[in-house]
Amino acid sequence: MDHKMLRDLISQVEKGRLSRRGFVTRMMQVGLTAPMATQLLTLGGVAQAAAPSTYKPTKRGGGGPLKLLWWQGATLLNPHFAVGTKDQEGSRIFYEPLAAWDEEGNLVPMLAAEIPSLANGGLAQDGTWVIWKLKPGVKWHDGQPVTADDLVFNWEYAIDPATAAVTIGTYKDTVVEKIDAHSVRVRFAKPTPFWADAFVGVRGLIIPKHLFQDYRGAKSRQAPANLKPVGTGPYKFVDFKPGDMVRGVLNSDYHVPNRPYFDSIEMKGGGQAVSAARAVLQTGEFDFAWNLQVEDQILKKLEEGGKGGIHIAEGGNIEFMLMNQCDPWKEVDGERASLKAPHPAFSDVAVREAMSLLVDRGAIEKHIYGRTARATANFLNNPKRFASTNTKWAFDIAKANKVLDAAGWKRGKDGIREKNGTKLKFVFQTSINAPRQKTQAIIKQACQKAGIDLELKSITASVFFSSDVANPDTYTKFFTDLEMYTTTMPQPDPAVFMEQYLSWQCAQKENKWQGRNITRWRNDNYDAAYRAAQFELDPIKRAAYFIRMNDLVIENHVVVPVAFRPRVSGLAKQLRAPLSGWDNDMWNLRDWYKEA
Amino acid sequence: MSQYLLRRLLIALPSLFGISVILFTVLALAPGDPFEELATNPNVPPEVRENLRAQFGLDDPVLVRYVRWLTAMFQGDWGFSFVSRVDVDVLIMQRLPETLVVIGASQILALLIALPIGIFAATRPYSIFDQVANTLAFIGFSLPTFFTGILFILLFSITLDWLPFVYRSDLDSTGWAWFWEQLRQTIMPVAVLGLYQGATWTRFVRSAVLDVIRLDYVTTARSKGLAERIVIIKHVVRNALIPVVTLVALQMPAIFGGAIVTEQIFRVPGIGSLLISAILANDTPVIMAVTFVFSILVIVFNLIADILYGWLDPRISFR
Repeated sequence: MDHKMLRDLISQVEKGRLSRRGFVTRMMQVGLTAPMATQLLTLGGVAQAAAPSTYKPTKRGGGGPLKLLWWQGATLLNPHFAVGTKDQEGSRIFYEPLAAWDEEGNLVPMLAAEIPSLANGGLAQDGTWVIWKLKPGVKWHDGQPVTADDLVFNWEYAIDPATAAVTIGTYKDTVVEKIDAHSVRVRFAKPTPFWADAFVGVRGLIIPKHLFQDYRGAKSRQAPANLKPVGTGPYKFVDFKPGDMVRGVLNSDYHVPNRPYFDSIEMKGGGQAVSAARAVLQTGEFDFAWNLQVEDQILKKLEEGGKGGIHIAEGGNIEFMLMNQCDPWKEVDGERASLKAPHPAFSDVAVREAMSLLVDRGAIEKHIYGRTARATANFLNNPKRFASTNTKWAFDIAKANKVLDAAGWKRGKDGIREKNGTKLKFVFQTSINAPRQKTQAIIKQACQKAGIDLELKSITASVFFSSDVANPDTYTKFFTDLEMYTTTMPQPDPAVFMEQYLSWQCAQKENKWQGRNITRWRNDNYDAAYRAAQFELDPIKRAAYFIRMNDLVIENHVVVPVAFRPRVSGLAKQLRAPLSGWDNDMWNLRDWYKEA
Repeated sequence: MSQYLLRRLLIALPSLFGISVILFTVLALAPGDPFEELATNPNVPPEVRENLRAQFGLDDPVLVRYVRWLTAMFQGDWGFSFVSRVDVDVLIMQRLPETLVVIGASQILALLIALPIGIFAATRPYSIFDQVANTLAFIGFSLPTFFTGILFILLFSITLDWLPFVYRSDLDSTGWAWFWEQLRQTIMPVAVLGLYQGATWTRFVRSAVLDVIRLDYVTTARSKGLAERIVIIKHVVRNALIPVVTLVALQMPAIFGGAIVTEQIFRVPGIGSLLISAILANDTPVIMAVTFVFSILVIVFNLIADILYGWLDPRISFR
């Protein structure tokens, strides 16, 4: 197949004569992977078409109430202040972004007329700007029109440090200019291959200028609309009790026909995950339960009730074990785990390799997480186009022993290996959480058989995950040899996610341990690949850089990916809800309906 | 009397001050901060968190923060929640009614159980009824509320499917339908709290009545030929109730504490569940305010107990 034929096929897809699926199948026949094929389409000018909506109802309303259960209630309804998922979801009932991410990591227009692309002139060739066009005729719940001024205002609101918006990171390196009443240009300080952050997804929800313009900066807390949102979403605000209940009612003026299906919506908060699962799966009191971090055995038992089932949305979150590259037990210039003190054991790649051979990922998946996690060899697993196929994992105690023997780590009298006075005795910390303690135990057992002694340490989650500079037990300080936690990948582009191994991001005293490189591993090849990916506009080449970065981390055994953790929700049997691991659960609330 | 009241209230002030100092110090020493979720989110630059901390004054020394809190409190400003950015007094007022309804109803239920059973058991000590009542009371207060709560949910919501186990503060229905719904959803939390409290009080009422029933004046009343009913109600119970009233008033704050657990289990949006979520989120102003409300309750109910005591027993005078 030559490039002419290829181009021909692409143009057929463009004209609608060949389906995307048909194209992808043909490409796979000639040996291309599916993600590669879709990327070709994107390059060829065919917009990333999300899967067509499966929404069936043919009229608006009539669906009765939709009852959602969040085991942590929403505490505020201003998306620019939404610290946790619960607040983002509460705001998402009423506010919408320009575009959202579907489960495959594709963009779906919400308030935008179309997704910007090179073909429609929405994207700059050099990646320095993007033009967003608003869908015409969209109105706020109070009847005012949505215009480009609202978009510009959201940018101004977020970048003002006095507002203390959590969205500041999304907007601060951009400039938003109004082009006309319904379009804006987002300019980037430097060429940006990932242009879909501002106004998109979780941090892209748009608030109305006319209600917030008097409450910018330090006054932002006083805006009445913080608690009484007026948005564009499928449901209008009725009433809100922080931490307990958010209620909304059908928006009869919604900008998408025949939607929404439900007459009212309520989002109840509080309690804990198990009883939330019970209320949906077993008793059917509620239609939807968020983030069911519950052991799979319990979920299975509750599902026997027959009222509902769980849904698994794949994002990029990964539970992984980190190996400290610096010596946490030695103080250099008053700093533990200083970059000047390499770790006595983990600076030897053989030890790291042995460690990764000693983590029984299969058993952890099977006996601890069940359907709620998958064993993986990769740090970067999703979207599929970024997942490496060059790596594989193995659990092999014999091989670990061989690797250690070959590297000169000899067993001492107590059965623990040592070399030049350094013993393979490590402290392994994680947060208090039943599955984590079980995982620790499984790893410890295997290590014993290879002459490595682990001391297990568990820390209260509120301490472990805090940013308290005075506390030595936080995960960013990492003052032990090993640690384990889940790192989240909140958007389908891996640029931010892969910052976690950059040499200039090492967490140390100088940056109050706020650097994102927790292992403090430094590698020139990795840094170079990252720098190249930052400016690479060709999506295929860019994906290759990220795959390279992942492989560098895995080949060098810097971390051991333990389990890839998708998001688990509970759904009533009749409820049809398109969920995505790349956005809020309610990213596509307008398409939720119940099968009769 | 009014002088006594005034004096008691003035004494209450320093104790409230002391309580606030201890609370604040403990909270300041506790690890964690309200913006923890930001710390683990890679898309939020660390500056945002530092900025928020600075804006909310979290980086100042403890003493400065405490003085700021105290002066604001004196001016009636309870501060605002770091998490929801809503004024704390608004949050508390939103949730207080639910707590009062649940606690009030459970106290009434507890009294309705404890008084008749306790009195009846005491008038027939060591009878079968007394034995059974005693045993049940013993079981009742030995079982913690979080356990009975889950047991009730398993039985009435899951096995029998009679009652909902998620409490909703805003029901859509009106009139009788509303009343019915409200009854169905309050019955379990109220029963859990009420039965526990009732069990404790039954034993107390019984022993208080037993103490009085043997006294000479009761024998005198009986020998006057008064009906047994009148002897019990007018002569025995009135005097036996004096320590009971004190106990009920003094236990009130403890009940608020017990309600925290129950509210969490049944998702009742009361101040107890507000306190729990605030503690989990390290939301200092809310924790301070709610615990402060609890300490005010302790002091107020102590005062009420003392006043009721004097009113029921005129031998005690207020000086």
